[in-house]
Amino acid sequence: MFTLSDIKKSLLVSLWFMFLTFPIMVIRVNTIENVIEWRWNNMILVGLGSFILSFLWRYMIERKEAGRKKAETGVTELPLFQRIVGNRRLSVPGMIGFSIFIIVFPFAFSSYQVNIMTTALIYIVLGLGLNIVVGLAGLLDLGYVAFYAVGAYSYALLNYHYGLGFWVALPVGAGIAALMGILLGFPVLRLRGDYLAIVTLGFGEIIRLILENYNDFSFGPSGIANIPRPGFFGMEMSLSTAIIYLYFIMIGMTLLTVFVVGRLENSRLGRAWIALREDEIACQAMGIDKTKTKLTAFSLGATWAGMGGVIFAAKTTFINPASFTFMESAMILSLVVLGGMGSIFGVIVGSFVLILLPEYLRGVGEYRMLLFGITLVIMMVFRPQGLIAKVRRTYKFEREEVSGTPEASRQ
Amino acid sequence: MEYFLEIFLGGLTRGSIYALIALGYTMVYGIIELINFAHGEIYMIGAFTGLIIASILTLVGLHPVAVLALASLAAVIYAAAYGFTIEKVAYKPLRHAQRLSPLISAIGMSIFLQNYVLLAQTSDFLPFPNLIPEFEFMDPYAHIIGSAEIVIILTTAVVMVLLTILIKFTKIGKAMRATAQDRNMAMLVGVNVNQVISVTFIIGSATAAIGGVLIASHVGMINFYIGFIAGIKAFTAAVLGGIGSIPGAVLGSFVLGWTESFATGYVSSDYEDVFAFALLVLILIFRPEGILGRSTAQKV
Repeated sequence: MFTLSDIKKSLLVSLWFMFLTFPIMVIRVNTIENVIEWRWNNMILVGLGSFILSFLWRYMIERKEAGRKKAETGVTELPLFQRIVGNRRLSVPGMIGFSIFIIVFPFAFSSYQVNIMTTALIYIVLGLGLNIVVGLAGLLDLGYVAFYAVGAYSYALLNYHYGLGFWVALPVGAGIAALMGILLGFPVLRLRGDYLAIVTLGFGEIIRLILENYNDFSFGPSGIANIPRPGFFGMEMSLSTAIIYLYFIMIGMTLLTVFVVGRLENSRLGRAWIALREDEIACQAMGIDKTKTKLTAFSLGATWAGMGGVIFAAKTTFINPASFTFMESAMILSLVVLGGMGSIFGVIVGSFVLILLPEYLRGVGEYRMLLFGITLVIMMVFRPQGLIAKVRRTYKFEREEVSGTPEASRQ
Repeated sequence: MEYFLEIFLGGLTRGSIYALIALGYTMVYGIIELINFAHGEIYMIGAFTGLIIASILTLVGLHPVAVLALASLAAVIYAAAYGFTIEKVAYKPLRHAQRLSPLISAIGMSIFLQNYVLLAQTSDFLPFPNLIPEFEFMDPYAHIIGSAEIVIILTTAVVMVLLTILIKFTKIGKAMRATAQDRNMAMLVGVNVNQVISVTFIIGSATAAIGGVLIASHVGMINFYIGFIAGIKAFTAAVLGGIGSIPGAVLGSFVLGWTESFATGYVSSDYEDVFAFALLVLILIFRPEGILGRSTAQKV
């Protein structure tokens, strides 16, 4: 792999990138004092980095091509993860260990850690909700955060005006979000994929802009503060107890979501979604009502976002429109894609990776979004199926080994 | 009446800038059916390169017109180079992947480029020198339209004419049209499709950079985030006009520019973006193929 032509290629790549990043990386102009700062060491870094990375890139591309050839010959084996889950001797103790960890976690770690974990769990719920829309039904929704905002603001406003508690607001917020999903869904679901993406993006921005500008209704950019945390039959709770309590609510919520989505996936409706994703026309020919199926996906996805929003508002006790930007939608979409579109376990892994990793890697803090962007690109190029790929349930035809029957003797 | 005219011309200026960006979207979509989310970032990088080069040249003490010309040239070259590279890195390996993959790769690229500029430069708004000179003969009309606006509108018109000539009458233009119609067929008759796609990215990025330098010089402020909202707006314009169609992108941009201008001028400036997106949603609902787009029947 280190032949002369390879080195020449990499050298060219590194020269090209040095040229490309020259004005942005090397020169910095201080327009107030009118001084130019030259940062030549950045250029050397870019040159060296791109030289090495270009080798890696070519190697990975070659491997990917080889992998595709292998897949074409028909030899496919189950991914490692599915083999572990399929093996009961490994999966049962794993599950038990994991459950114990979940229960002990809030008592063993600080409130700060528990808070981060709760955030990750909220993202799991959001991701699983979006997974219905994007992963199963194949509708690219870039404005998912709008429903999240609707849920959060429903709780905040209902509480502010009518003093509604968390447990009442949870279903109400989910219901309002679902309603919004249907309202948006009706007109836009006729659109093809890319158009749908851009309209949902626009819708998300509209919701955010309205929340930002309509001061009488949403209190504008300053947001709403003093949102109560969830109560437990009117019990007074200290801050740390409230955090632990919210953590367990979120665990319950996540389990519920996993259960519901898992059941939906293999239901008649879930299979209709997958069919719709694969081929719309064939699916309609099989007698599936396109509009209704898409609408249910949309509104169910929105329901989970609404619930996530209510919990988010209860967790932070303060919300403002800045929490509901397009970046948030992109984040949720990325964790679905990173984890593996359509795969429940993938979404869970994806949220842990995307939410927890930056928290624990404070050192790369400012590079977080940079790495995030590049990870999306690299994932799409080299592993478009995600970390934990969805394996479709398959049925194998196995002949019964009964000797003496004409069936067996014919083999 | 004068107020109306002022708003009308303001909308035209806005529309011109959108058109310069929207062209890249529509051309790329026409050829590989991809929403190039990173396109807004290319516009931003064009503006930044322009700013950096312009600042250096101003410090050296060049005449503003020469500064404008050289800075625009550098911006165009760099934006084109970025467009070319992005296509090679993020989209080319995905040419045969499922439809969602390139789109997500594009979103990733867009986030990456934003943060790249944020980290390498600054997160603050940078003042952009006003490079477009004030014409004396414009003085009587200065309350209706400024010199910068005239320059923007004229530049856009020139770019549009050149682009039309390129696509209608040159060999590469023919190849582009062929690829847009049917990529496989174009390959069969000997069109180098990879080259055509690269050229499309280069041209689209170059026009976006022109828009970037012009608007930055007109508004006087840039930061790393300007590409996002401009990109979304320009995409809206491209969809309004019928994505894939070049005259459509221009028309859609003007419609969008006027909508925003009149909404701000007569209703309220807080909801400028809301009007833009609401217009998009309405158009897509009632005429999903856009104003000038052709609706194609889906065949099985």
